Amino acid sequence: MTRRVAVVGIGSTPARTVTPELSYRELTYDAAVRAYCDAGVEPRDVQSFVCCEEDLNEGISISDEYTPDQLGAVLKPVHTVGGDGLHGIADAVMEIMTGLVDLVVVESHSKASNILTPHHIVSYAMDPVWNRPFKANPHFVAGLEMNRFLHETGTTAAQCAQVVVKNKRNALRNPAGAHAADLTLEDVERSLPVSEPLRELEVAPASDAAYVVVLASEERAKSLKGRPVWVKGVGWCSDTPTLESRDWARAEYAEGAAERAYRMAGIRNPSEEMDVFEVDDTYAYKELQHLEALKVFGRGEAGRATERGITSATGDVPVNVSGGALGAGHQLDATGLFRVVELVLQLRGQAGERQVRGARTGLAMSWRGVPTTSGAIVILGCE
Amino acid sequence: MSDDFRGTPLDAEDFEKGKVLFTRDEPKAEYAWDTGVAIGRYLQELKNGRLIARNCVKCRRVMIPPRMHCEWCWRPTDDWVYVQDRGLVNTFSLCYITWDMQRLKTPEIPAVIEIEGASPGHGIMHKLGGVDPKKVKVGMKVKAVWKPAEERVGSILDILHWAPT
Ligand SMILES: [Zn+2]
Repeated sequence: MTRRVAVVGIGSTPARTVTPELSYRELTYDAAVRAYCDAGVEPRDVQSFVCCEEDLNEGISISDEYTPDQLGAVLKPVHTVGGDGLHGIADAVMEIMTGLVDLVVVESHSKASNILTPHHIVSYAMDPVWNRPFKANPHFVAGLEMNRFLHETGTTAAQCAQVVVKNKRNALRNPAGAHAADLTLEDVERSLPVSEPLRELEVAPASDAAYVVVLASEERAKSLKGRPVWVKGVGWCSDTPTLESRDWARAEYAEGAAERAYRMAGIRNPSEEMDVFEVDDTYAYKELQHLEALKVFGRGEAGRATERGITSATGDVPVNVSGGALGAGHQLDATGLFRVVELVLQLRGQAGERQVRGARTGLAMSWRGVPTTSGAIVILGCE
Repeated sequence: MSDDFRGTPLDAEDFEKGKVLFTRDEPKAEYAWDTGVAIGRYLQELKNGRLIARNCVKCRRVMIPPRMHCEWCWRPTDDWVYVQDRGLVNTFSLCYITWDMQRLKTPEIPAVIEIEGASPGHGIMHKLGGVDPKKVKVGMKVKAVWKPAEERVGSILDILHWAPT
């Protein structure tokens, strides 16, 4: 790595199921004020801005054109990544590593509650000619994948249900835990089928929030008052989109993203070398599938590890201590920045009652949701 | 046309008769955007038949439509200010096509109107009406023509158009 990059400021609004009191601009402004204050910088110091959003989620064409005002980015370089917030972090890291700039802001927000036809929006991601005409609820893609994942790995439905219990309970200790709950395994198992074997409580519900993350070069970071959290590695990867011939059991995109991020961070033994994991759990089985793709556990072992409490907040490999998407809600493309904010709090020792003791290195992983096969990873560390 | 260009011409009939295969789909994308503090109040005041703006004391700037933060100094704006429902045409255009490209004989006249009471250069985008298109000029004085109170719903369309004073 030629130039080191650090996260020097985070700002967010707590995830909520609805946020009728503020427009998306006002919500983002709140997050930006917090981020700049946290970093000890003024928006005029920021040299480049990256925002992450999808027009169909916003209901506005070229929606990023509406970003500059609330970030203090008027007459500054701004560009959009049509991807998860972690893809945006990767962009910022590249801008700084190349020496182009020293201070970059990444923004993403979710006003998922404003989308009245969310399943239609997701279904437009399906191939319009040979998949969309079935008019099936897009969750069936997750049902297909979960079934093959269980079949090939021997993971059980109860192990998937345990992920829901764990994450929703973790969210009880997070002020942003919009969908926190104290459930039993039976509650999850009794919830209605969505697209079998997938059940209702295993699907992350949506929530609203805004996130702003400030990144800086090493020199710039050292001139600021706060303790920087270093970007150790980034990686992203996309598999073939085809529903007809993809590998349904393995999250190969996550394997590819991890391989790149681990190489950059010099990580050989993920579960030993990292202390805290915020990993996509849009569907409960995805947490297990992703943990195996990240080589945190061997194939077919993530479910058993979850059952044994290894991934609990106090376990050896804490996963989604924040509550994850199951506990705090899926926040569209902002979900990746939700994970980054949690990691930064954990690594700074500011995570309050859910603090993982001695957390020094952490990993955030996002997936772009059905029917995509795209994932991104950011590894952060104290050194 | 086929004499002038190489290739195989297609016309609508080829699609209608199934000579060319295609798939048709219409999006169902519906949203209900939260108006928030600034625009929520703006719409409420439109329903009342008034225009309201926000003031930034640092920039000495009265903004309409109102916003809760000033993008110049990047501070929260400071207070609400009622402004007049009249102003000057900053720029306009005679538009001979509808939004979906249908030809119009009588043009629509989109215009940006600098509002009296707001800072210079600050105004709202709307349409002019009750005026001969040939007589519209930059700098012309105009006034809002409101819908009757009982028909107003809290929308920018509560103003029918702006007409010369
Ligand atoms: Zn100002």
